[in-house]
Amino acid sequence: MAIDFKPSGADLELKNVRKDFPGFTALQDMDLHIPAGEFFALLGPSGCGKTTTLRIVAGLEEPTAGQVLIGGKDVTASKPHERPVNTVFQSYALFPHMTILENVAFGLRQRKIEDPLKKAMDALNLVELGYAAERRPQQLSGGQQQRVALARALVNRPALLLLDEPLGALDLKLRRQMQIELKAIQMEVGLTFLHVTHDQEEAMDMADTVAVMNKGHIEQMGAPEALYERPKTAFVSKFLGQSNLFVGKVADSSASSLSIEVGGHKITVPKDRAEKQTGKICIGVRPEKTTFHRTNPKLGSDHVVVGPGEIIDIRFTGVSNQYLIDIPNVGEVTVFAQNVGISPVIELGEQVWVSWKVEHSFGLSDLPAGNEDE
Amino acid sequence: MAFAAFGSGSAKEHKSPTKSSRIVLALLMPGLVYLGLFFFTPLFSLVVTSLEAPAASGGIGEYEYGFQWQNYVEVVTTYMPQILRSFLYASIATIIALLVSYPLAYFIGVKLRTRPMLQRLMLVLVIAPFFISFLLRTIAWKQIFSDGGALMQFAYSTGLMDKSQHFLGTDAAVIFGLTYNFIPFMTLPLFTTLERFDVRLLEAGSDLYANPAAVFRKITLPLSMPGIISGTLLVFIPIAGDYVNAGQNFLGSSKTSMIGTIVDTEFLQTQNYPIASALSVMLMAVIVALVSLYVRSSGTEDLL
Repeated sequence: MAIDFKPSGADLELKNVRKDFPGFTALQDMDLHIPAGEFFALLGPSGCGKTTTLRIVAGLEEPTAGQVLIGGKDVTASKPHERPVNTVFQSYALFPHMTILENVAFGLRQRKIEDPLKKAMDALNLVELGYAAERRPQQLSGGQQQRVALARALVNRPALLLLDEPLGALDLKLRRQMQIELKAIQMEVGLTFLHVTHDQEEAMDMADTVAVMNKGHIEQMGAPEALYERPKTAFVSKFLGQSNLFVGKVADSSASSLSIEVGGHKITVPKDRAEKQTGKICIGVRPEKTTFHRTNPKLGSDHVVVGPGEIIDIRFTGVSNQYLIDIPNVGEVTVFAQNVGISPVIELGEQVWVSWKVEHSFGLSDLPAGNEDE
Repeated sequence: MAFAAFGSGSAKEHKSPTKSSRIVLALLMPGLVYLGLFFFTPLFSLVVTSLEAPAASGGIGEYEYGFQWQNYVEVVTTYMPQILRSFLYASIATIIALLVSYPLAYFIGVKLRTRPMLQRLMLVLVIAPFFISFLLRTIAWKQIFSDGGALMQFAYSTGLMDKSQHFLGTDAAVIFGLTYNFIPFMTLPLFTTLERFDVRLLEAGSDLYANPAAVFRKITLPLSMPGIISGTLLVFIPIAGDYVNAGQNFLGSSKTSMIGTIVDTEFLQTQNYPIASALSVMLMAVIVALVSLYVRSSGTEDLL
C-alpha cells in the first residue's frame, strides 16, 4: 500500500462532504480546507457533526457524498489503514494486552519501519513517559494514558493528526496543562492537527483556526480572536463566550453606523461590523465590554446607553462579578466587572444604567431562536 | 506526621489474623467436606483398586489388594491405540469446535450488541440442545446417519458413496458426535470473553495501519485468549474421557474405541476393576499434565 508521508504534515480538503444516518443528516455539504502545519479546531456542541467529520477523515466512517483529499490526494475510497492519518481517540483505545512501548510501536511495526522500539521510546520520552515503557495501560492514570495515545499517534509522523476530544476525560487542571503540552508538541513536530472539542476555551487557547459547527454545518470559521470579537450568528455569539443580544428593526442609518430601537433605547452598531443592514436585525455586545452606572451617564453618540434597570442577580466567579440587570422593555442584560475591589460595589435591587462603546457592538446575520417570525 | 500517627493507631484496631482465618475456615468447611467425601475418597478408592490383583479364590470380579503396579504396564501396552485415539479425537474435535464456535460467539457477542433481543435468542439456541438428554441426541444422530437414513440414501443414490461404505462407525462419525455434543461448552466461554471486547480497539488498530487480518491476529485474537483457553479446556477434557459417542451402540464401532469405552467395557462387562481403574487414573494423570502444560505455555496470566 502506498501511504504518502510528509514530514511536515499535509493539507486536508473536504469537498461537499455529506453524511446521512438513518433518520438524520449528520453533515450537510461540508467544505473545509486546512493548510499544512496548522492547528485547526472543530468546535461545537454534542451532536453537531464534529466527531462524524473527524471519523470521515480517518476513514472510520464513509461519507454519503463528497470527497476527502489529504495532501491533494483523493482518499475517499481508502480504508483507514491506508490513510496517512492517525487518531488520538477520546477513549484512548490503548491495547490492554500490550506494554506501553508495544502500544506506541504498533503503527511502526505495521508499516515495517526500522528500529520500531527505539523510535517508540523517543516518542514516549517526548511525552515524558519513558519511565513507564514496560507498564500496561491499566496501570497508568487517565492523563498518562492520554499521553501514551498521543505518542502512539505522533510516532508515525502522520500527514494529519486527528484529536477526538482527547482531553475530555481529564480534570480541569490536568486539561489546561495538557493543552499547553499539546500546543508545544504541535509547534515542535509541525504536523497538521485537527482537534475536535466542545470546550470553547480549549479550542481558542490552542487552535490557529477555529470552526464553530452547529447542526451538521460550519457556522463560522476564523482565528479565535476574530471569532470572539466578531461573531456572525446568534449561535456563535452564544456558544463562544456569552453575549447580550438585542433584536429590532433598523430605525436609523448614517454613513458609518446603523441603529435599532429597543424599548425606547437606541442601540447602534458600526456598519462594517454589521452582517445585515436592513429590516429586523440583531445587535450584540460581550458582557465584559459593558459597564454600569448609578446615574444616567449621558454619554455621546459613540456610546450605547440602556437603562435604568434593576439588578436581579449578582454572581461571584473569582476574577469577575457577573451582574444580571433587568431593563424594562429591553430584557435581561449581563455585565461582567473585574473583581478589583474587595466586595461587590453594588447591591441587589439597585437601579443602574448600562453602557458600552458603539465600536464593541456587533451585528449578526441571523436572529436568535424565537425571533424568526415576520 | 499526623497521618503516620493515625496509621499506626488504626493498625492496632485490626482483628487478629487467627480470628479471621477461623471464619474463613468455617466458610470453607462445607466445600472442603464435599470435596473430601465426593472427590478425594473415590479418588483414593480408585487408586487402591487400580493396584489390586485377582483374588486367590479365582472368582470373576473378585480382587484383593496386592500393589499390582503391573496393571499400569498392562494397560499401556494393551490399550495404547485407544489411548492415542482418545487424545487424537479430542484434539480434532476441540479444534473443529473452536473453528465453528469462534465466528458464532463473535457474531453473538459483538455484532448483535445493538440488538439485545436477538442476542438473547441466539444464546438460548446455543444452550437449547441441553434441554434434551445427551443420550437421546446422540441416538438421534445415529438414526440420521444410519444406512437407511435419508442422508445416506442421498449419498448412495447420487453416487457420492458406494453401497459398501457406511458413515456410522467411522472416525468421522465419532468426531462429529463429540464435536456436536460439546460445542456449547466452547461457544459460551468465548461469548463471555467477546461480549466484553472493546470494539474501539479495532478502530485504533486500523487507524494504526493494520489491515483487517492484522487487526484480528494482533488485537482480537490475543484479547480472546481467556475464552479460547477456558473453552478448549472445557471441551478437550470431557471429550478425552467420553464413553458414549465412540460406543458401538452409538456412533462408533470396534475400530473407534476410546479410553472411556474401554473403561466402560472393563468395568461393566469384563468386571476387570483393576484394569478399568488403572486406565482411569492414567487418563486423569495425562490430562492434568497436558492441561498444566497448556495453561502455562499460553501465558494467560498476562490477560487476567
